[in-house]
Amino acid sequence: MTGSLAAIGAGLAVIGAALGIGNIGGKAMEAISRQPEAVGDIRANMILTAALIEGAAVIAIILSFFAG
Amino acid sequence: MGKFSFLTAIFLLVFGLSYAQTDHSGHDHSGHDHSGHDHSGHDHSGHDHGDHAKDQPATIKKKTNPNVNRTKRKQNNRAGNSHDHSGHDHGSHAGHDHAHGDHGHSGAHVNACGIAGEDPSVFNAGKVAFHHISDQNIYSIGPWHLPLPCIVKTSEGWDFFSSGNFKADYHGTSHYAYKGYVLYEGSLRRIVNPSFPKDKVELHHGDIAIKVEPHPSTGKPVDVVYVCYNNTAYKADNKSTADAGLFGGGITSFYDFSITKNVAGMFIVVFFLFFMMRSVAKAYKTREGKAPSGVQSLIEPIFVFIQDEVCKPFIGHQWEKFTPFLMSLFFFILGLNLFGQIPFFGGVNASGNLAVTAILALITFLVVTFNGNVNYWQHIFWMPGLPAWVKVIITPVEIVGNFILKPATLMLRLFGNITAGHIVIVIFIGLIFIFGKNGTNPGAAYGATIASMLLTLFMMALELLVAFIQAYVFTLLTASYIGAATEEHHAH
Repeated sequence: MTGSLAAIGAGLAVIGAALGIGNIGGKAMEAISRQPEAVGDIRANMILTAALIEGAAVIAIILSFFAG
Repeated sequence: MGKFSFLTAIFLLVFGLSYAQTDHSGHDHSGHDHSGHDHSGHDHSGHDHGDHAKDQPATIKKKTNPNVNRTKRKQNNRAGNSHDHSGHDHGSHAGHDHAHGDHGHSGAHVNACGIAGEDPSVFNAGKVAFHHISDQNIYSIGPWHLPLPCIVKTSEGWDFFSSGNFKADYHGTSHYAYKGYVLYEGSLRRIVNPSFPKDKVELHHGDIAIKVEPHPSTGKPVDVVYVCYNNTAYKADNKSTADAGLFGGGITSFYDFSITKNVAGMFIVVFFLFFMMRSVAKAYKTREGKAPSGVQSLIEPIFVFIQDEVCKPFIGHQWEKFTPFLMSLFFFILGLNLFGQIPFFGGVNASGNLAVTAILALITFLVVTFNGNVNYWQHIFWMPGLPAWVKVIITPVEIVGNFILKPATLMLRLFGNITAGHIVIVIFIGLIFIFGKNGTNPGAAYGATIASMLLTLFMMALELLVAFIQAYVFTLLTASYIGAATEEHHAH
């Protein structure tokens, strides 16, 4: 089996991103329940922040593709 | 969506059933029939040269030396090369036959130059997936190949021809060599050797085969395409890539500026969007003051959403200047994402192509850079309001962040999300062949067909969501980068 170390690296990156995005989603839900009238702003910023974290994860996965 | 899912379900069912019925009879080399719709595992199967090396080191040694093959093969009769398994007569491949004999397959087809090519009894899911997401020089809809123009630059000048000259089989591998080019798995390859005929010559099945050789600079094993003509193996160059072989593709002797499948798909999307948007824009003049109708009522809510939720809050007071750019980005990316998801329509994967997303990210980068005001540059090179020693640390971080990381993440996020979705769908369909043990276990293939159908439907629904989210995210991030670059100075 080849490339398994790269696959583990990709998996680790995804764990980190999943924790981060989960945290963002959870906090956003809390914020929406506190201030339902601000749902639009919160949603846009939630997606923006999640996208920034996702970028790091995607870079890690693609680098692992090329390394593996 | 409903219609496409329904079509997919029907197709998968037919696909799985015909697969299970045709393949348990233990026939090999389904590659010989050109019926066009047998996209079973054989056609896409990878190979495992590692096993061959273990079984028969002598064969490998012989294979890596084409001269030995050439002299040996010249003595043999080439007749019937395409359909019988004359290659297996040779002693050097006896071990190979034996290794696969136990499950009824006689392994890879060996052509007149002694190159075994891919072993059809091995299903390599990863390779199949990468083949299906890659760009091609033909536009395939089901068994039909629409020819596309090939525009090639070599050291000898430009070549223009149609990829219809190659008469590609269902797998995208050519039956003819033309002007010293062949088509292998849908992509153009050039034969550098000047002794290869430059006119149109017919090739037989298995004459274009791959061999695993170490990469000339990195030494990593890479697939090299060989074309066997008149018992001589001619090495074909790798696919032309914009990275000049940095990622292991190998340096090529030609630049492929062809209208490939992705380019054709982008043209289709652009024309479609142009005429749709023009009719919508016209409707605001002809139906002024009336409620929107038709396509207008599809576009208007999306347009207003992007304008109110993305442009206005993220760009600020200059939003009107950048709205046309952001709308073009959004609808172009959304169009490509959705077009790539239409099943059996060529599988155009333009937004899952690194070159396409790289150019989109580059355009965003240029727009941000050329619209950046004094504050933007000041915040990059000499962040105000910080002690000098912190500024020294912050400046390189800001430079890397603004000039490398922002465009790179824009590029990779879109590419990664779309590509990952497509790969997962191909792998789910590949489950049929993995569980069906490539035709030897039809019962499991039936079961896996149903499971794969459900998983694929789920994945396609998810991809539809991802298509919208990624187009939205790309636009949102672009807007926020522009907003940061054009922001007016605030008191600290």
